[in-house]
Amino acid sequence: MGTTIRVVIAKPGLDGHDRGAKVIARALRDAGMEVIYTGLRQTPEQIVVAALQEDADVIGLSILSGAHMHICPRVVELLRAQGLDDVLVVVGGIIPDADVPRLNTLGIQGIFPPGTPMQEIVDFIHRHARTRVGA
Amino acid sequence: MRPVDVLYTPESVASLDYARDLGDPGSFPYTRGLHATGYRGRLWTMRQFAGYGTPEEANERYRRLLEAGGTGLSVAFDLPTLMGRDPDHELSHGEVGKCGVSVASADDMDALLAGIDPGAVSTSMTINSPAAMLLAMYLVVAEGRGVAWDRLNGTLQNDILKEFIAQKEFIYPPRPSIRLVTDVFAFCARHVPRWNTISVSGYHIREAGASAAQELAFTLRSGIEYVQAGIDAGLDVDDFAPRISFFFNAHSDFFEEIAKYRAARRIWARVMTERFKARDPRSWRLRFHAQTAGVTLTAQQPYNNVVRTALQAMSAVLGGTQSLHTNALDEALALPTEGAATRALRTQQILAHETGLAGVVDPLGGSYFVERLTRDVEDEAMAYVEAIDGMGGMVAAIEQGYPQRAIAESAYRYQRAVEAREQVVVGVNALADDHRSPIETLSVDETAETRQRERLEALRARRDGGAVRRTLDAIGAAAVAGDNLMPRLVEAGRAGATVGEMCDALRDVWGEYVEDPII
Repeated sequence: MGTTIRVVIAKPGLDGHDRGAKVIARALRDAGMEVIYTGLRQTPEQIVVAALQEDADVIGLSILSGAHMHICPRVVELLRAQGLDDVLVVVGGIIPDADVPRLNTLGIQGIFPPGTPMQEIVDFIHRHARTRVGA
Repeated sequence: MRPVDVLYTPESVASLDYARDLGDPGSFPYTRGLHATGYRGRLWTMRQFAGYGTPEEANERYRRLLEAGGTGLSVAFDLPTLMGRDPDHELSHGEVGKCGVSVASADDMDALLAGIDPGAVSTSMTINSPAAMLLAMYLVVAEGRGVAWDRLNGTLQNDILKEFIAQKEFIYPPRPSIRLVTDVFAFCARHVPRWNTISVSGYHIREAGASAAQELAFTLRSGIEYVQAGIDAGLDVDDFAPRISFFFNAHSDFFEEIAKYRAARRIWARVMTERFKARDPRSWRLRFHAQTAGVTLTAQQPYNNVVRTALQAMSAVLGGTQSLHTNALDEALALPTEGAATRALRTQQILAHETGLAGVVDPLGGSYFVERLTRDVEDEAMAYVEAIDGMGGMVAAIEQGYPQRAIAESAYRYQRAVEAREQVVVGVNALADDHRSPIETLSVDETAETRQRERLEALRARRDGGAVRRTLDAIGAAAVAGDNLMPRLVEAGRAGATVGEMCDALRDVWGEYVEDPII
């Protein structure tokens, strides 16, 4: 018996800069999580479908394009509509300080700008992901 | 950081032959630089990459950069434009004008260049999958203003291979994508002779995590692939190779970067003479643009970024760059404010005018350390080049995921070194402050998207829809027939076709590329 956290890492929007998404995917995997990387250019709908199909506990969004204030609310809204309120959403990328309070009010607390240590993200997910007993 | 010895001596460079391996500046193999007089003859071009919002907003920023002493334009396009999608496409939502300027038509291009004479400035356009389409728009604007195409100066990035390798802004599969590139080579050789038809780019490869040697190797091997493609398309190497330019990253390992630029010139001169038998010395000379490393900018203690950028820029100058972009201090947080963008330009102006850096050509030439490092970086790069040759070339290597995997490995290794504090990043994993000092950041006007959609709607209403349809059909027909696409794209641009429509005409023929991600 053990608990394995399942994480969907997604690159929404048209941007292709995937260094951060891939490094984090690998770091979470090395930290013992199960990681599904969606690949590039996923719509919020596709991301939420992936989370549903993969029974994800966490969705990690990597956004560097400035489109986070369009994408994040949509992902949260779709998760609620699917009854997946307990899926933890975290965001990494270029997120100006001014947008942080608005993301917080959406329920997104894990916001990781450039320079965030990988361990900090691992720890955050361990602390905040829903807990369950693994198969 | 590259491991180095504590001291280098004449023994470190015992096998170096001055005439064979270095040569005076301006002489083969150009290790010491392309010009005998270095920057005394001509300073590097200060080319600050910029653009956001609507064409009018970007135009304002360009005019201010030119007034502040910038000497060339460098257009950053938004993601919908880079991906060949019009502002009213569903995938464009939320991204119009965000990371760059939205340019969907020749009309937009005209607004982008308002008050700027395309016959008098050199314009660099960072665009790849739809590079031929945006060049067509530029040519239509020049024509409309009575500026002959043979007077135009500029650069089209047009490097699709590095999109598959690193930056991932691809539309079509690799092979038809390369055909678009060689169509631009052939068309410009005849009609736009002063245009740099490609900027083979290591910048993005490095930003994605590659080492210096990998950046150099993958870039030059891509260059080889393009030259071979041009020859295979029936062109004479000396008809197009002189217009090939390069674009490198200016990263933090100061001496390694200088060695990288020097090695790049030496390798290219040898490749062009030995491998491709080019006869025109202009084909042998590797000209490059450099940009400081965006990936080294930190959100923490952002003013430190000015110092990082200055040192990186200094390595590019000591390495003999032809043009330079210096990053702004706030770019780990957002697009730069006007103040930050101006300070970035001032940084290179200080290097040019206050430090004496521009006075002597290749001042580090002959340094035991730098010469040894130049050879080491060259050897490492050539090992990758040979490995890719063995796979059947760069397209084949990309199809096997070889450069993608190598870059992902390097990126992860670097990140782990940072975590372990083997690599110190000041203000991040060492010497950190408890509090973050917030700085003012630019927020892009959210109405840019609406305004661009309205503009597009007006254009669609005003133009002759039947004529546009015919030009788009002609693009598809030329793609099927294997004819050069540039004349058809120019006709479509004249008729008022959009970038998205032109790209769709080719999507219908070639399909879209979907990558199998490698972690």
